[in-house]
Amino acid sequence: MIKLCISCDSLARAVGADQVAEAFEREAAQRQLPLQIQRTSSRGLYWLEPLLELESAEGRLGFGPVMPEDVPGLLEALDKGGEHPLALGPVEQIPYLKTQQRLLFARAGITRPLSLDDYQAHGGFEGLRKAALMDGDAVVAAVLDSGLRGRGGAAFPAGIKWRTVRQAPAGQKYIVCNADEGDSGTFADRMLMEGDPFLLIEGMIIAGLAVGASKGYIYVRSEYPDAIRVLNEAVMLAREAGYLDVTGSGVAFELEVRVGAGAYICGEETALLESIEGKRGIVRAKPPLPALEGLFGQPTLVHNVLTLASVPIILAKGAAFYRDFGMGRSLGTLPFQLAGNVRQGGLVERAFGLTLRELVEGYGGGTASGRPLKAAQVGGPLGAWVPPSQFDTPLDYEAFAAIGAMIGHGGVVVADDTLNMAGMARFALQFCAEESCGKCTPCRIGSTRGMEVVDRLIASSDPAAREDQAHLLRDLCDTMQYGSLCAMGGMTAYPVASALKHFPADFGLASPEAAQ
Amino acid sequence: MPEETLDLPLIQRVLDNHKEVPGALLPILHAIQQGLGHVPDEAVPEIAHALNLSLAEVRGVISFYHDFRTSPPARHTLRLCRAESCQSRGAEALAAQLREQLGLDDHGTTADGALSLRPVYCLGACACSPALELDGQVHARLTPERLQALVKSCRVEAGA
Repeated sequence: MIKLCISCDSLARAVGADQVAEAFEREAAQRQLPLQIQRTSSRGLYWLEPLLELESAEGRLGFGPVMPEDVPGLLEALDKGGEHPLALGPVEQIPYLKTQQRLLFARAGITRPLSLDDYQAHGGFEGLRKAALMDGDAVVAAVLDSGLRGRGGAAFPAGIKWRTVRQAPAGQKYIVCNADEGDSGTFADRMLMEGDPFLLIEGMIIAGLAVGASKGYIYVRSEYPDAIRVLNEAVMLAREAGYLDVTGSGVAFELEVRVGAGAYICGEETALLESIEGKRGIVRAKPPLPALEGLFGQPTLVHNVLTLASVPIILAKGAAFYRDFGMGRSLGTLPFQLAGNVRQGGLVERAFGLTLRELVEGYGGGTASGRPLKAAQVGGPLGAWVPPSQFDTPLDYEAFAAIGAMIGHGGVVVADDTLNMAGMARFALQFCAEESCGKCTPCRIGSTRGMEVVDRLIASSDPAAREDQAHLLRDLCDTMQYGSLCAMGGMTAYPVASALKHFPADFGLASPEAAQ
Repeated sequence: MPEETLDLPLIQRVLDNHKEVPGALLPILHAIQQGLGHVPDEAVPEIAHALNLSLAEVRGVISFYHDFRTSPPARHTLRLCRAESCQSRGAEALAAQLREQLGLDDHGTTADGALSLRPVYCLGACACSPALELDGQVHARLTPERLQALVKSCRVEAGA
């Protein structure tokens, strides 16, 4: 019996995994070869997808990227011991994967997403089992001690939020998972929800026990239909298996998947709460903090997918184990996402502290086009464009803040020398104009005025006039950064100001000293 | 129009199923659009009445979110990703190709009602950019040839 694994991840399928699986079924039937295909999650080695894994005595052997037309040749090779031009050797020995520190993505590519048996066989529900025997204060203390910070981008210490919600007196409290992964260049939330949904569910149940919340919502963007389907099925399976009432109290934790409707701003936590309440995604002024007055006016713990999914590991292995990863005040691991013009795009989970260069040049292998590297945008569409001269900065929240950049959700979009940074600055403002909720003036008006300034700057033939427009643009960035109500307007300044600072030539500005 | 009154039973069914759910408006709009392809105007007073909202509140929500349509969609919807990662791999050239090939702008619909274009900002396929979504199916590592073939497949079927 030949046992194969092919991913059912939506991106693996977008590059042909289903067609490859079908070709194997068809060819094997024709040859009357006994064959079994398991559809697992993805390893996140996307440049090798569709990745075929063959179960063998030496572990799983990889082949990739496989196209349907490779299948007949591959079947013959598998029959004769595995020699094939696409052979990659044991998958877990591939340096890209072997050198990672996978905690959140420990099961990625190994288990079937909706198999409770697979999940439990690989450490699933250990954290919940421990948490169920602990006092809520002890669970909160573990999260505090682990040093976990919010993974959505703001990096606020998670344990402090937990303590606030736990101590808030209320009849009804909520856990809300922000799965509105709208930041371009990021896909770790999608991978986790599609590939290991029980981990997120387990994290939410633990959070519910710890802070005293009996209802949870997972708000997923509509652009992720596979994640929505998998989560809905996983919630049903977990409920049927009794995991939503793990303490046996008879009162189950209620979990509901809510679907967004294409508004980027709903990734902002207060806009997201409005959206769950059935309203337009308009940002709320803070205070009151959502931890005290959140969803439907009740104390609400709002966290990104990766934050909640880190909790079972912290409970299962202890806060000290988790805290031993990372540097400074950036503790634990972060799944970085390599995207854009990069040779080896994929997911790289490492402890904080490796440099951007190790990530882009080491794991990524440089640009896909083979042209010179120009910049990397770190942290999504509101992140700064970082020039190669700053690539030795360690990936640490504080180190990135010190260079006027941010790590955000860990997305890294690589660009070669053909990408025009004035165009990207204009795009950032255009995106903000299109997606702004309109509540505050710097964001609503500033984004449109900013586009006009960039247009005038590029169109002007007079150097002095260009310099004037550049000055105006810097001023506007400053106003948006410090005057906006939320990060949408506030951080749109990052890609704009960084493009202007590091790549003045793209704006027709001839001042190399501006690059300092 | 008489056809539109045929939508009312579905709208009523959706409202009966959802109206007790806290914050029901988005799930209701999604369910109606899933059933009818869009949110018809005659649904608005029904929804407002069921949820005890004003017409303006319901219309405000429909128009706020990019996903909700108030008119029937084309037979196929192609959403090309225009975000940074795909731009760094040639998405703008693909967008220009689409505009030229179809004679449409970025939000246009072909005259035969076969295909609508919509920009999208990130499909989570960034490790294999550029990407698009055609009728809910994501295609990544897109090339100009592949894009042309996908568009053709929508139009050929329409002519048949």
